[in-house]
This record gives sequence, structure tokens and C-alpha cells, in this order.
Amino acid sequence: MPAPIRLRELIRTIRTARTQAEEREMIQKECAAIRSSFREEDNTYRCRNVAKLLYMHMLGYPAHFGQLECLKLIASQKFTDKRIGYLGAMLLLDERQDVHLLMTNCIKNDLNHSTQYVQGLALCTLGCMGSSEMCRDLAGEVEKLLKTSNSYLRKKAALCAVHVIRKVPELMEMFLPATKNLLSEKNHGVLHTSVVLLTEMCERSPDMLSHFRKLVPQLVRILKNLIMSGYSPEHDVSGISDPFLQVRILRLLRILGKSDDDSSEAMNDILAQVATNTETSKNVGNAILYETVLTIMDIKSESGLRVLAINILGRFLLNNDKNIRYVALTSLLKTVQTDHNAVQRHRSTIVDCLKDLDVSIKRRAMELSFALVNGNNIRGMMKELLYFLDSCDPEFKADCASGVFLAAEKYAPSKRWHIDTIMRVLTTAGSYVRDDSVPNLIQLITNSVEMHAYTVQRLYKALLDDISQQPLVQVASWCIGEYGDLLVSGQCEEEEPIQVTEDEVLDVLEGLLVSNLSTPVTRGYSLTAIMKLSTRFSSVNRIKKVVSIYGSSIDVELQQRAVEYNALFKKYDHMRPALLERMPIMEKTATNGPTEIVQTNGETEPSVVETKHLPPVTQPANQANDLLDLLGGNDVPVIQTTMPTKPASAGGELLDLLGDLSLSGGPTPAPAPSVPTSQPSFLLDGLTSQPLFNDIATAAIPPMTAYHKNGLKIDFTFERANPNPNVAVITIHASNSTEADMTEFVFQAAVPKTFQLQLLSPSSNVVPALNQGTVTQVIRVLNPQKQQLRMRIKLTYTLKGSPVQDLAEVNNFPPQSWQ
Amino acid sequence: MIKFVLMVNRQGQTRLSRYFQPVELSRRAALEADVVRCCLSRKKDQCSFVEYKDYKLVYRQYAALYIVVGVTDSENELSVYELVHNFVEVLDKYFSRIMFNLDRVHIILDEMIQNGHVVETNRSRVLAPLTALDKMVD
Repeated sequence: MPAPIRLRELIRTIRTARTQAEEREMIQKECAAIRSSFREEDNTYRCRNVAKLLYMHMLGYPAHFGQLECLKLIASQKFTDKRIGYLGAMLLLDERQDVHLLMTNCIKNDLNHSTQYVQGLALCTLGCMGSSEMCRDLAGEVEKLLKTSNSYLRKKAALCAVHVIRKVPELMEMFLPATKNLLSEKNHGVLHTSVVLLTEMCERSPDMLSHFRKLVPQLVRILKNLIMSGYSPEHDVSGISDPFLQVRILRLLRILGKSDDDSSEAMNDILAQVATNTETSKNVGNAILYETVLTIMDIKSESGLRVLAINILGRFLLNNDKNIRYVALTSLLKTVQTDHNAVQRHRSTIVDCLKDLDVSIKRRAMELSFALVNGNNIRGMMKELLYFLDSCDPEFKADCASGVFLAAEKYAPSKRWHIDTIMRVLTTAGSYVRDDSVPNLIQLITNSVEMHAYTVQRLYKALLDDISQQPLVQVASWCIGEYGDLLVSGQCEEEEPIQVTEDEVLDVLEGLLVSNLSTPVTRGYSLTAIMKLSTRFSSVNRIKKVVSIYGSSIDVELQQRAVEYNALFKKYDHMRPALLERMPIMEKTATNGPTEIVQTNGETEPSVVETKHLPPVTQPANQANDLLDLLGGNDVPVIQTTMPTKPASAGGELLDLLGDLSLSGGPTPAPAPSVPTSQPSFLLDGLTSQPLFNDIATAAIPPMTAYHKNGLKIDFTFERANPNPNVAVITIHASNSTEADMTEFVFQAAVPKTFQLQLLSPSSNVVPALNQGTVTQVIRVLNPQKQQLRMRIKLTYTLKGSPVQDLAEVNNFPPQSWQ
Repeated sequence: MIKFVLMVNRQGQTRLSRYFQPVELSRRAALEADVVRCCLSRKKDQCSFVEYKDYKLVYRQYAALYIVVGVTDSENELSVYELVHNFVEVLDKYFSRIMFNLDRVHIILDEMIQNGHVVETNRSRVLAPLTALDKMVD
């Protein structure tokens, strides 16, 4: 059989392959040749074959048949064989294969070999892929080698020890004595790896950390020597001696000094020295400075040093090299919380980075800019950020928009500025803003009374330009509905008033209704706005016509609204002005959390002027904006949004509203649940007469008997949970009319999927005989969809020594319990 | 800690791959292709550090060859950047032109990086065992 080709030729041949298929063919041919050669147990060429196999493995082809061959190579005496064998072992084997255990003996012998290179090989392999069993067996050998005087071996042994510690943390103590004089080595390789070993030990165990703190002076000395020593050709990289070692030592110092005052103090000088003396013209110097800055930030350094560190970062920001700028921005982001003022000084540079082309730099700069915004610089920063919003990629727009809103809310210098800013965001990035920005903005607008005319004018102009951005359109139509009269009358102090006629306004709003770009929610907004204008404008007929057209719209939402508004025109015309009056100022209350559907049927009737609100429509309250608008822009989104808004009201709060007429608590949105459906008249009646919800919320729900059999009677009594009216609190009372006690009484219940059940612990599990006492247990049922409550119960108890088990279904819940 | 070292050419073919954390063979090809795509698509004036999944990539281009090193978050990126350059210089010193002798490159890599950490950065010391090996072969 001809001698197998050398690796070099194989590579050359494979490179000439032009297609994937050709390459695969060549490789398969070669694999077959290698396999037959292995079968022949050919010692001379085994090494070559395995080398080729490794190359093919790197290209992605399977090479597991070479594993045993690697072992044979390792066992051979020739160095070349061993070399390839160990390399193959590192590449092809890992601890998941059982074959690797066979290597343990070989490695052990090689660790004691006479040639240092062979020992080095063994250490390297053990350090790369040794499993925990292997490590346990061979840790002693490694430790011995850690103490030799041969620096070549020592450095490898140190890293091998790192691996051993990672695999078998309990062996850490074994290496402790060997580390004593590791740091007194002259050889940089050994120093480097020992620092790595020390770092690993300190990271793993706090005891070691305190033990090694006393090494800080030694480390400082080594670092000093490195900096002060002149040119040493061995370790020089662009004029700095052994930057890798310097960086490593700095990192170890960081870990050692983290929460410890003494060590931090010992380090202060050397850190300052490194920071000032290192040359920054090349990347190398900057790498060292970067590590120094990170260390200064982490330890308990004095403030002067921290300022120095931040200045270094500022200098990095001005550097032309992108890498350095990126690194600087990342570190500044970490430190902005603690050293806010120092970072402020570099604000202008950071803001310039917003204009950079690189995506990662832009993102970092944006995050950092938001962190730096405060009351003093808000105007300038906002200008830059808005400019950034205009020009950035879509992936940034959402984050930027939310950031702008937050910042504007916290630091707005004036209401007009705030409104302007939000409008700017809506016009430029309107489709990317979060859903709850619309109600927020509406609330903001109602709160700034003097700005109404100005706001509505600007919104109107914006609407004329562009109706594609839904949030903007929604806000605009709401405002026009509310303040249309101001718009038409042309009074505006802040800006040049524009002349608008009623017809033009109605044209715009109608345009919104028919446009393809408007979502159903927007259409709802504009229909309501048109309706509101019926009291503010004089062209009522036109409005009536529009409203009646939509009475037959396909969209259920629109249809319902239109029908009700029609009814307003026809039967309840006398109420219309009162209903459609201006909204009061809304206040934000502090409660968070999802607001639940509230149990109300009608609205309170305040006898003080303010406003009445449009009756809630009976429909599932899934469209927050929808309800919002019906109630005249009340910004309580029902369900799901977590805005700080009106409190979820329970029956109790509504009762308060009845008595207490200030609307600062806000009316609550209430889709009445499955209340009988003859809408407007029923609800409107509710407005003028005593609100019906009174009955529902406060009536006691009658108790019921759920189970009565074999002497065991279970009664349910109900309560409404406060503050959550979706939760029914049921208390079961179990009583026993037989002559013997029922012991080990366990009550279990199951409900359909749309409910959630919570069973609290029972008062006891013995039901005394002859009705002498009852066992009570509380069940809480969450019923968000207001479906009919049904329950299946299972009772187990022991009566007169024999266990009894029973299942029953409970369907006779009174309607009030789940409505 | 260094997770892997890759050398790829402009077409995306892997010339050298060394993993210091075990990665399954089937996933390696996909990982390499993904990483390479990430780096090759970056322009000249973008920075050499990319955040990829939960670790970072540091890459450097030398003529038609890209060297990519995957590191964990705790590493100093600038330092790794220097390390790459150091590695290339060592290769330069040993080979007149890089790449035909894969096993030798692996040996050099072993001498420099072991188990995800840097062992030796001094050029002559790294090449010492190799020169000894060459003498033995001849």
C-alpha cells in the first residue's frame, strides 16, 4: 500500500475542490484510506493519518474512529507521535466519551517523564479536557510539578491547577502551600499563570480571598517593577513591558481590594502611577488604562482617584479609535450611577457619540444620555435626543421614545415645552410609542388649562399634515372634540391664531373616519369627537347626519356608539349639553397595577356642576382607548395596562363617590357586566334615578347549601372581596348531624378553567357530631370573565373508623355571587 | 476566559478552530457560520468588538484572514485585541507564510492559550518547544 499522503498535500488537494460535493468526495476517499491504514496497525504512518483526520474534523466531518488511534499514539515513545496523539485527544475527546479514561494512566506516566516537553504536553491535555475523576487522581502530580524549579513546567502546571480547581473545588486547599512562593518568580510566564491561579482561587472562595489579601504589597511591587523597568526586549509590546501581565495583576488587585479598605489604600499609589505614566498612543497603553479604570471604580478608592479615572474615560471618548470609544461608553454607563457629577462633565462628548455610525456605540450613547438627563440640561439634551430620534434606526426608536417621555415627565421646565416635546415625538416616531402614551398625553393636556387653545391649534395643524401616525391622530381628535370651540374662535395667545371654520374641522374628522389608515380605535375617537362638537358647534345637522350614517356600520364598536349617540339626539336631547360638557382636570393617583373591571352599572350623579359622563357602554372592556373615550377621555385603561391611574374601585369606593362629589378620585370606567341588555335607556335612567349599582354592589348575597348527604351538610356564605370585586370569597361551613365525629375531614374543590381558586386552610379537620360545631374554610374564587360559577367538590372524612369519600357538583350558586 | 479561537477567510471557510469550552460538533458549523457572518458584515470603521448572544467577539482582519476570538464578558477587550496581534506575530515569526501546517499552528496556540487563559506571550519562549520538535523530526 503506498505511503499515505502528507497533511500538506491533503490540504492543498482539498483546497482545489470547487464545490462542496467535490470536497466531500475527496474527504471520503481519504477517510477510507485512513481507515484501512488504521486497520493494518501501521505504526509509522499513524501519526500522519491522525493529523489528516484532525484537519477533516475541523472542516466538520465525523472523525470518531480516530479516537482510539490517538490513544495509541499517546502511548508510543516517540515525541512526534505523542504530540499528535495529545492534540487529537484534546480536539476529539471530551469527558462525555468513556475512552478518555484510558488516557489517565498515560498521562500519569508522562507527567513524570524525563523530558520536560512531554510533561508539558501531558499538563496541557489534562488542563484542557480532564474530567473530575482524572483530576482527582492526578492532582497530586500537578501539585508536585507546581513546585518545581523548571519555569516551563511551572506555568503549565499553574493553569492545569486552575482547571482542576474548576472541576473539583474541594481540592483547592491542596494547592495552597504551593502558591506561597509563586509570586517570587522572575519568569513572566510563571507570574502570569500564577496570577490567573490566584484569581481563580479568590473568585471561588471568600476564605482564600482574605488569605491572599496579604499578597497585595507583593503584587504592587511587581507592577511597579514592570512600569519602572526600562526597555526589556523579551516582553516588550510597542514600548510597554508585558502589558498582559500588567492587566492581569490589575484585575487581581481589583478582586482583592473590592470591599476592603486596607488593600484599597495600599493600591492607591500604584494605580495613580499607572494611570498617569502609561502611554496612550497605542492600543496597548489604552488596554492597561481601561483595566486600571475598571479597578479604580470597583475598589474603595479615594475621590481624587475616581475623578482621574473618569477623566481618562473622557479622553477615551475623544479618541479616534472606535474600539476605545465603545469601551469608554460601556464603562461610563457602569459608573454613572455612583459618580454622576463627574460623568456630567463629559456630557457633550457623549452626545456627540449619538451621531456615530456604529450601531453599538449609538446604543451605548443613547443609554448614557438618558442616564445623564437632569433638570439643568433638559432643554439642550432633549434637542439632541429628538434629533437622534429623527434619524436613528427603527430598532432604537421605541426605546428612545419611551426614554424621552420619562425624561420629559420628570424634568419638564414648562408645560408648553412638555407638550411640544411630546408632540414632536409623536410626529416623528409616532408608530413606535407605547400604547399608554396616548392617555398620558391627554391627561397632561387637560391639566394645563391655559394651553388648551395652543395645543388644539397645533394638533389640528399636525393632523392636516399627516394622518398616518395613530397615537397622534387619537390625541388630536380627542382634543378637537374637547376644545373645538377654542379652535374655531381663533383665540390663541401663544401662537399666531389660525382661521378655521366649523366645516373644515368636521371635514378633517370625517376624513379620519373614512380613511384607510385609521385603526378602529382611532375611528372610535373621531366619532366621539364629532359628537362632542355637537354642543360646541352650531352645525348640528351635519353632525346628526354623520352619526346616523354610522349607525349601520359594519364595525360593531362604531355602530354601537353611533346608535347611542343617535338616541342622544332623539330621546335625550335635553341631556346632551350636560353630558358633553368639558372634562375636568384629571389627577394622577398613585395606584399602579392592572385595574379590574368594576361592578358598576351607572355613574354617580354629582350635584355640583362639573360634568356628567357618558354612560358606559355594555361591552367587553377590551379596548382601553375605547372606554377612555366614551368616558370623555378618562385615562383609566381597563385591564392589563400598568399605568399609574385611577384606583381600581370596588363597591366601597363608588359608594364614596356617591357621597363625596369631588371628582379627583375620578370616575371609574365600568363596563357593566352581563347586565340585561337594553342599553341606553336603562343606563340613562340610572343616571337620573338612584344608581342601580347600589343594589348590586351592596346587596348581601344569600347563602346556599352546597351539599347535604349522609349527615354532612356544607353551606356556602359569600362576600365580595375588597378591593377586588372579581374575587368572590366563599366561606364553607361544614356541620355533622350524625352521632359520631367526622375526623380527617378534607374539603377539596375544582372550578372550570376560566376561574382561579385559592383554598385557605380550614379551621380544623374534625367535624364534631350532632351539629355541635362547624368546620369553616375560606375559598377565594377569581372570576374575571364573570361567567357562571360552578364547582366540583370532593369530601373525604373518616366516620366511625371507616373512610368515606364523595364527589359532588355545585351548580346552584346565586347569580349575585358571580356577577 | 477565552471560549474559542477561529480563523476564517473572506469566503467564510474555517482555517483554524479551537474551542476551550466544549461545543458539540453539530453546533460548531452553525456557530462558526453565524459568527463569521457577523464579523464579515461589519465595515472598516466599526469597532472590533461585537456583542453576540451572551458573550463578546473580538475580531481582527489581516489581509484575507479574519481572526475571531470569543470571550466572556469579564475579559478586557482591548487586551484580547492585543493578544490576537501577538499571536499573529508569533505565527509570522515561525512560518514564512501562514497556514499550511495546521498541527504546528495548534501547537503554537496551545503554548499561548491554555484552557481559556493566556499562558505565555513571549515570542521566543512560545516557539522554543516547536524548534526542539522540528530538530527531532529532522
